[in-house]
Amino acid sequence: MSKELPGLFTVSALACAALFAAPQASAAGAPIKIGVIAEAQAVAGSSIGPAAQLAADEINAKGGIDGRKVEIVVYDDHSSAAEAVRAFQRAVTEDKVNAVIASYVSEVVLALEPWAARLKTVMITPGAASDVITQNIAKDYERNKYTFHGYLTSSALAGLVCDAAKDLLVGPYKMKSAVIVSEDAAWTTPLDAAYEKCLPAVGLKVLDHIRFSPDTTDFTPIFSKVEGLKPDVMITGISHVGTQPTVQWKSQQVPIPMFGISSQATNSNFWKDTNGATDGVLFNAVSGPGVAVTPRTLPFVEAYQKRYGNQPAYSGYTAYDEVYMIAEAVQRAGSTDSDKLVSAMEKTDHIGTIGHIAFLPKGDPHVHGLKTGAGFITGLMLQWQDGKQLNMWPKPLANGTMKFPAFIKLSAR
Amino acid sequence: MLVWQILIDGFAISALYALGATGFTLIFGVSGVLNLSHGAIMVASAVAAWAIAGSLHAGAYASALGGMAVGVVLAFATYFIAVRPIQRSRRIAEAEKEIFILTTTLLWGIILQEAVAYFFTSNAKTVLPIVEGVVRVLGVRTPSNEFFTALICWVAIGLLWLLVNKTRHGKEVLAASMNPRGVTLLGIELSRIHIAVWLVYGVLASLAGVLLGMFLGVSSYSVGPLTASAFSIVVLGGLGSVSGSLVAAYVVGYLETLTAYLISPAYRTIPALLLLVVVMYLRPQGLFGRR
Repeated sequence: MSKELPGLFTVSALACAALFAAPQASAAGAPIKIGVIAEAQAVAGSSIGPAAQLAADEINAKGGIDGRKVEIVVYDDHSSAAEAVRAFQRAVTEDKVNAVIASYVSEVVLALEPWAARLKTVMITPGAASDVITQNIAKDYERNKYTFHGYLTSSALAGLVCDAAKDLLVGPYKMKSAVIVSEDAAWTTPLDAAYEKCLPAVGLKVLDHIRFSPDTTDFTPIFSKVEGLKPDVMITGISHVGTQPTVQWKSQQVPIPMFGISSQATNSNFWKDTNGATDGVLFNAVSGPGVAVTPRTLPFVEAYQKRYGNQPAYSGYTAYDEVYMIAEAVQRAGSTDSDKLVSAMEKTDHIGTIGHIAFLPKGDPHVHGLKTGAGFITGLMLQWQDGKQLNMWPKPLANGTMKFPAFIKLSAR
Repeated sequence: MLVWQILIDGFAISALYALGATGFTLIFGVSGVLNLSHGAIMVASAVAAWAIAGSLHAGAYASALGGMAVGVVLAFATYFIAVRPIQRSRRIAEAEKEIFILTTTLLWGIILQEAVAYFFTSNAKTVLPIVEGVVRVLGVRTPSNEFFTALICWVAIGLLWLLVNKTRHGKEVLAASMNPRGVTLLGIELSRIHIAVWLVYGVLASLAGVLLGMFLGVSSYSVGPLTASAFSIVVLGGLGSVSGSLVAAYVVGYLETLTAYLISPAYRTIPALLLLVVVMYLRPQGLFGRR
């Protein structure tokens, strides 16, 4: 139905592509080409291309990698796996990219994974979460080793949410029960399974587990069911939806706090998109405005804001880091040959905007997934307050305290 | 408790459906046009209201009116770009015009949908609510906005009824829907009536869009389902019958609400579509259809 509209950068990048036709050439001067396949029309995906371009421009301003420029070629997949596969094929066979940064949608990345294997091209996702991505690599390493998971897996995300829930909800508010509310999608299957396991472990009894279609427009029946169960908190798993449940939560004054994953809430425009209804929503993120996870975080946010006029969504941080990771891997490998690039990527030891980035080694069930925990990626729990995203957790990085809108009834205040 | 909740929620959503479908059926009744860009016009109005509030910092009333103004302009654009050239064309056979108009309005709707997605992303938008807060009615905590929505819908439908049945211009419109040739023989210009009907349609569709944006929110993905729901309500009620559309809107609205509450929100639209199929078998002219 929809035709492929070339992104802003694509036009110029394609023009350049015609000039540099030599594939896989490590000759000095030939650019390192990175394809970016993303969802330009979705809040969570629209930061990927611009953030990657920002990183490339920074590298190029410093003279590139061994004299080679980094070039970004952007493709819009319109959130469709079929369009993403076509873009991937075009990127590799026609535009001769050396590596691909792809998508925040798990379904899209899972569709691209076999193509990364077939076309032997390094692919890394800045935002998809499904555990199946890394499980596939573990199952058939030799074939699928070209895929890297540059964002947290769903089960890792669930673990971080549970840890934060323990410190923020069970401790101070003596919360005891929760209802899991998540959209029906590939990434939430492992997420919900992990929630069901880790929430009771931190002291939150799971009263029910509601999965709804991402096409849902009226959330009244869902909220009414949740409210009937009388939980202390709703633990969320939403990414494709965001605005509608949040706005309806506020307009219906559902007295139960929302806590968990809400990808759209990571975007700075979310306040405007929801007319402020997101006030009080707590959401996991790998980075947040004003939170210096590493010395690189704030300069990135500042540069992004200056250039594009808004702040990046979560996948923008990771996409920015991934351009650096690929560029450094090319430098270490001394080549853009895919197999050499895979081994160099596996040795990644990069201080990025989201923390200390290193990949899990071969043999791990989540091989090529990010190492998490102290010293690596720890994640944050942010809360929207009066138009700002403030960090609540972990304590050492907190820049605010939890506040809920008046309609929220906390069980033990 | 649940019974009241279903009754209240169903009433509000049905009122919104009724308003959306009224304009749709009016256009068909008077000019025989099935406007498949209906959902796109509703969504574009709501997104325009959202954008006006966001970028111009307009208040709730101003942005709602601005969104409606955009909707009316788009309704006229639909008429002048996608409908009238075909109605006047000598190269398209008279018998084929209906299918041509179906196609052009569908394509025009897709153009609008893609434009909304391109400029404002495909994520859902919500219009600034005019009424905030909640009220407790029969033990159900309901957003005041829900009652406001239902009220405005019925006021608009009531005004339309007065316009059509009590004013001279309205009677001309009614006459045109019954016998276009008879109206022209009385010296009334049919094209003027068409423009008036598209104006009324633009007001109704954009009002429905803006209210939906306040009530539930819309995204470019809503375009297809909105056109489909208006289409099925109008077919269920009987093409061209305004009162049939009103009844059908309530049948569909309550059937959807019942399904969402008692079975699962995921299956919301399925029973209404099954009912449509059954009605097509047993009574192809629809519940209140004349033709």
